[in-house]
Amino acid sequence: MRKSDRFLLFVAGALALLEVARLHSLHRGRERNEEVRGMASMARRLGLTDLSLATDARYARHPSQADRFAPFQDHPTSLEHFPSGTLIAPPPP
Amino acid sequence: MKRLHIPTWLERQRYLLDFTLSSLGRRKGKNLALTALYAMVVFGLASVLMYTQALRGEAMRILEGAPDVVVQRMVAGRHDLIPADRVERLSRIRGVQEARGRLWGYYYDASAKANLTFLVPEKFWGKAGEVVIGEGVARTRLAAPGEPFPVLASDGSVVILKVRETVPSPSELVSTDLVLLSEPDFRRLFGVPPDLYTDIALTVPNEKEVPMVAAKIRGQMPDSRPITRAEIARTYEAILDWRSGLVVLVLAAALLSFGIVAWDKASGLSADERREIGILKAIGWDTSEVLAVKAWEGAVISLSAFLVGLLLAYVHVFVTSAPLLTPVLKGWSTLYPSFRLTPTLNPFLVSTLFLLTVVPYTVATVVPAWRAATTDPDAVMRS
Repeated sequence: MRKSDRFLLFVAGALALLEVARLHSLHRGRERNEEVRGMASMARRLGLTDLSLATDARYARHPSQADRFAPFQDHPTSLEHFPSGTLIAPPPP
Repeated sequence: MKRLHIPTWLERQRYLLDFTLSSLGRRKGKNLALTALYAMVVFGLASVLMYTQALRGEAMRILEGAPDVVVQRMVAGRHDLIPADRVERLSRIRGVQEARGRLWGYYYDASAKANLTFLVPEKFWGKAGEVVIGEGVARTRLAAPGEPFPVLASDGSVVILKVRETVPSPSELVSTDLVLLSEPDFRRLFGVPPDLYTDIALTVPNEKEVPMVAAKIRGQMPDSRPITRAEIARTYEAILDWRSGLVVLVLAAALLSFGIVAWDKASGLSADERREIGILKAIGWDTSEVLAVKAWEGAVISLSAFLVGLLLAYVHVFVTSAPLLTPVLKGWSTLYPSFRLTPTLNPFLVSTLFLLTVVPYTVATVVPAWRAATTDPDAVMRS
């Protein structure tokens, strides 16, 4: 087999896998839609405002409800030291 | 009769591709290592972009259920408990259908070293003394339905609550650290007087009236801070868009890596490569053919890396639930939701990644080759 054929075969295989990934995303997306709808309804029922992504710092748990200066409010000159705080930006003004 | 074979443009490109692959094969180790590293950079970038995009999509859909407006009270610039009489005052504002005092707060669980969110639902379905806990809490505290759930109250006493049930696992993204309990239990645990709430949630049926309602609240209660659902959504967009900390970190590293590789390529060819170009020119190849070979070389490496990196990123994020990214978001959290995001293979994301990775590298490969290919073959071989 020519080298170019082998390379083109590799590209075709990768593209076929991408198509498989696309089909997987459609299939799994349908399943997950149910779960997301369930979570939206739970947020409505319980009045939830945030995702529970980071639970290390209080202000990272509910970023939408936290003060912009939240990392620094514990005491004057207190510095942000939680890893999640460096990744989760404060709410926009 | 001998058939006249006229190579078409495509066939010509295939011959050039054959030659390119053989040429790359002569420096197999170097090129394989380069492709692998390149694929890793694409993998990192694609993983973060896919993860944040999927999470942002889910956050937007889930938080459609969030309260229309949350009103907090500020004291000395800090969030404080809000008097219960404001529920009535807020419900009288035109446009507000319902105002409801919310009770929620944080409880640092020293045994699990985790912050739990205690919340009183509007209609708690359990009895007094019972709690409904999130899956994460059940995992960290090793608590199961029917078992005791001791909590240290604000007066120093230990209150033994009982686990009624756990919140179903598919909703972990919003409920992993939740402890739902009755209002009397909450007030007893945290010492919150009956005339105070944590904040007040408003229902404003007409979305267009929300900014006006928020402005009225600010006017009537200057010490309050209304947070609208649009602001909640904006917060998550800010956290998870391309300017967010997570994406910027990886994007900066990836762009720097691309920059270094492209600069290395664009700054010159190795002696071997120059000699190869010189020989090709000397045996009659014209400049366009040499450039085509070099363009193929860049395309083979970058396209292979792009395809491998993209596929691995998809598997990493949507099949194995991003085990390499989770610790980054997790930070020091001992309690973290386990969830599988809605997979998306967004054409915009794929084409952006393609343009960001394949095109610059291919161009950077062609430029120095063009410089060498346009000079005299003799001079190129002697240099």
